[in-house]
Amino acid sequence: MNLSLSITKNIHNWLFSMMPETAASLVEMTTIAMVYLAVFAVTGLFLVLLERKVAAWFQLRIGPNRVGYHGILQTMADALKLVSKELTGTVNADKFLYNLAPYFVIITALMALAVLPFSGEFQAFDINIGIFFLIAISSIGVIGILLAGWSSNNKFALIGAMRSGVQTISYELSVGLSLLTVILITGTLQLSEIVEVQRNGWLIVQGHIPAIFAFMIFMISGTAETNRAPFDLVEAESELGAGFHTEYSGMKFAYFFLAEFINMFIIASIGTTIFFGAWLSPFGITESLPWLGVFWFLGKTLVLVFLMMWFRWTFPRLRIDQLLTLEWKYLLPLNLMNLVLMAIIVWLNLTIQF
Amino acid sequence: MTNEAIQNLISTWVPNTVTSELEFTEEESQFLNISVQPADLHGLMAQLKSNSETNFDYLFCLSGVDWGKELGVVYHLESTTHRHIIVVKVKTEDRETPVFDSVYDIWKTAEFHECEVFDFFGIKFNNHPHLKRLFLTEDWDGFPLRKDYVDDINMIVK
Amino acid sequence: MEASTVNNNFKSEEYFINMGPQHPATHGVLRLLLTIDGETIKKVEPDLGYIHRSIEKMCERDSYQQIVHLTDRMDYLSSNINNEAVCLAVENALQIEVPDRVKVIRTIIDELTRIASHNLWWGVMGMDVGALTTYFYAFRDREMINDIFEETCGARLTMNYNIPGGLMFDIHPNFVKRVKEFITHFKTKLPEYDTLLTNNVIFQKRMRGVGMLSKEDAISFGASGPVGRGSGYSCDVRKTHPYSALDKVTFNEALRTEGDSFARYEVRIQEMWESISIVEQLIDNIPEGDYKVATNAVIKLPKGEFYQKVETARGELGVYIISTGTKNPYRLKFRSPGFSNLSLLNHIAVGGKIGDLVASMATLDLVIPDIDR
Repeated sequence: MNLSLSITKNIHNWLFSMMPETAASLVEMTTIAMVYLAVFAVTGLFLVLLERKVAAWFQLRIGPNRVGYHGILQTMADALKLVSKELTGTVNADKFLYNLAPYFVIITALMALAVLPFSGEFQAFDINIGIFFLIAISSIGVIGILLAGWSSNNKFALIGAMRSGVQTISYELSVGLSLLTVILITGTLQLSEIVEVQRNGWLIVQGHIPAIFAFMIFMISGTAETNRAPFDLVEAESELGAGFHTEYSGMKFAYFFLAEFINMFIIASIGTTIFFGAWLSPFGITESLPWLGVFWFLGKTLVLVFLMMWFRWTFPRLRIDQLLTLEWKYLLPLNLMNLVLMAIIVWLNLTIQF
Repeated sequence: MTNEAIQNLISTWVPNTVTSELEFTEEESQFLNISVQPADLHGLMAQLKSNSETNFDYLFCLSGVDWGKELGVVYHLESTTHRHIIVVKVKTEDRETPVFDSVYDIWKTAEFHECEVFDFFGIKFNNHPHLKRLFLTEDWDGFPLRKDYVDDINMIVK
Repeated sequence: MEASTVNNNFKSEEYFINMGPQHPATHGVLRLLLTIDGETIKKVEPDLGYIHRSIEKMCERDSYQQIVHLTDRMDYLSSNINNEAVCLAVENALQIEVPDRVKVIRTIIDELTRIASHNLWWGVMGMDVGALTTYFYAFRDREMINDIFEETCGARLTMNYNIPGGLMFDIHPNFVKRVKEFITHFKTKLPEYDTLLTNNVIFQKRMRGVGMLSKEDAISFGASGPVGRGSGYSCDVRKTHPYSALDKVTFNEALRTEGDSFARYEVRIQEMWESISIVEQLIDNIPEGDYKVATNAVIKLPKGEFYQKVETARGELGVYIISTGTKNPYRLKFRSPGFSNLSLLNHIAVGGKIGDLVASMATLDLVIPDIDR
């Protein structure tokens, strides 16, 4: 009956019946890691293609349409090209940190992926401090960017890295606070439980006005966290060339590039999980088919991803002081007030529940 | 103001602002041309701008010219209020170290244009904030727009 | 000891950064030496000459017909207007009166060139402040103008359509129809530009109050074109010294008094509307007649000096010819608008952020071959 449940359970039982417990655990963990790596790669490639198609659509173009059917293999071809490219670097770069930086970025992105509830069963790591873990992990990524900028021995890269530091540290506050606002309703940090709470209505409905505010703030600051336009000061093509990854080429550049898209996916996924009921179907219409949860989850996430792409291809870029003004003078006070408002609503039991 | 009126007005400045005689001509040109001695250049220019009747506040063209024997600079001036135009010319026969006064303090646009003239004609300007070769490299040999400049490799002479 | 001599007028927080010659925001091979304190610009020093071809020297050995071809390569976005400047100078010197048909066609193509140039500028302007979609919107419409040009004279960018004495050939039979089609199309698309970029709150925040240039400074720096007019300085050569058929049409000079980047932006947007209006006034009234007057195969200008101003999309282009009566000019000077406009970059960028420098540089609309000549 429960397809996804039975598959994972069956594999689990089969593994533990085959070999000793330690070996079975190891094999299981490796398998899960491989699955997530595959998910990671496919998501990254798909999102790059999606972005190019969406951009083309916004910009009155056709977009990639030569490699494969309607260009679906375009990003594969690009990835192959990047793999085969020479890894260049600057002479006076700090070699160790220079090579380390891309892994920081990519590993944090991978780690965050582990806690996302793709469906009721498809969740690698259901830690009880899920949200906290996500926020903590996502702030490590900036170290990679700082390292990249610093160790490249390039002033453009350094400016980009410093901008990134300033930006990520500021906007993390808003991401955290906007999530915290919604946590007031759920009363738990564990992602699976947060989803369960939403069986009575998605949190953006339950928390109505403050939740909508929180969602708007989350999307703005989430876009800023991922360093995407209109907050792409870190790369700011017209100002800094390529910003922090100016000196990277080939696969190392591709790591940064992929990480950006994965981070976008993660922000959209968090948004889906917290505000839009993760894998839950609207009004429980497919509750009898739990394996459809993955499609609901991905569907909702892609809508949010599309929203972020829409931002990127429409808005001009902010200036660094405007960026900080927006955060510290507008979003942060608004967020704090919103938090109080939500607390009052929860206290007076004014949430909407079905 | 007509060319004649400008000529009459400027002639009255002669012993005070401008020490030596000025040459006026309208031949072979659509504007009134004034030739001035290098020593009087800055005084005349400052007066041309500050005098409310002439008020030449717009230096729209500053060209170096190699007249063969002499090197010179031609200033095209226009007044944005009266919309009259004059041309001021200054020449020197010193081809080794030609020097004129900079008009940078009168019209800021002269800063770049004088650099250009220095670059291509080797004419130096006193009191210029930082006279440097603007287009060519610092070690470029010679001044390309002079008539006696020779470059057998890069120049095609018909 | 040595360090102190190097850094004698250089605070320890400041550093140099080399913007260009290969940099997306410099739109070509312009190199800017920036002195920066954190993100704040302390000094901008342009370094030029990366594509200097010494067109002025080449002109001294070329005949007047040949010179016209070189002018395309200066400000390639207003190539037809550049061509016209030299042709007008030569025609005035020879005292040739070109037929009315030529004047009208020249003016129509000038204005189309101006629209195409401003169009490209608008697209790049958006890119410079991070809105990437503008470029494609601009190119959609610019392509139609280029198609018209291609049909008219075979070239899309460097046109060479003007010759001393008139035009190289008559207009294509489709010309009037296609220009009208373009005008109808563009009138519906130009408001889209406002929706996409002008009215965007981020864009306005980026542009307003940035890159301030007062009217006095604009005149003193020799600013012309939209840069001068954004500072309230009425400097449209089409108004002050009308040429070709510009005395037959009525149009408003786009003027703003704010003097900031947004004012310069608005001036250019309005100029596109004005150019449409000029083309509309002329397109139905192209007089019949010859498309050129015969000139000698070898043009010899009389001895003397000749100066011709025209208004390109960037500002005032001056052609200063000194002739000794031979078939070549003795000296030919191009007073290019970009060169003077560049000289005020330091003035408007100091004190701003790197992003401001890029934004205000975009509103100067620099074309590097025009500066380097």
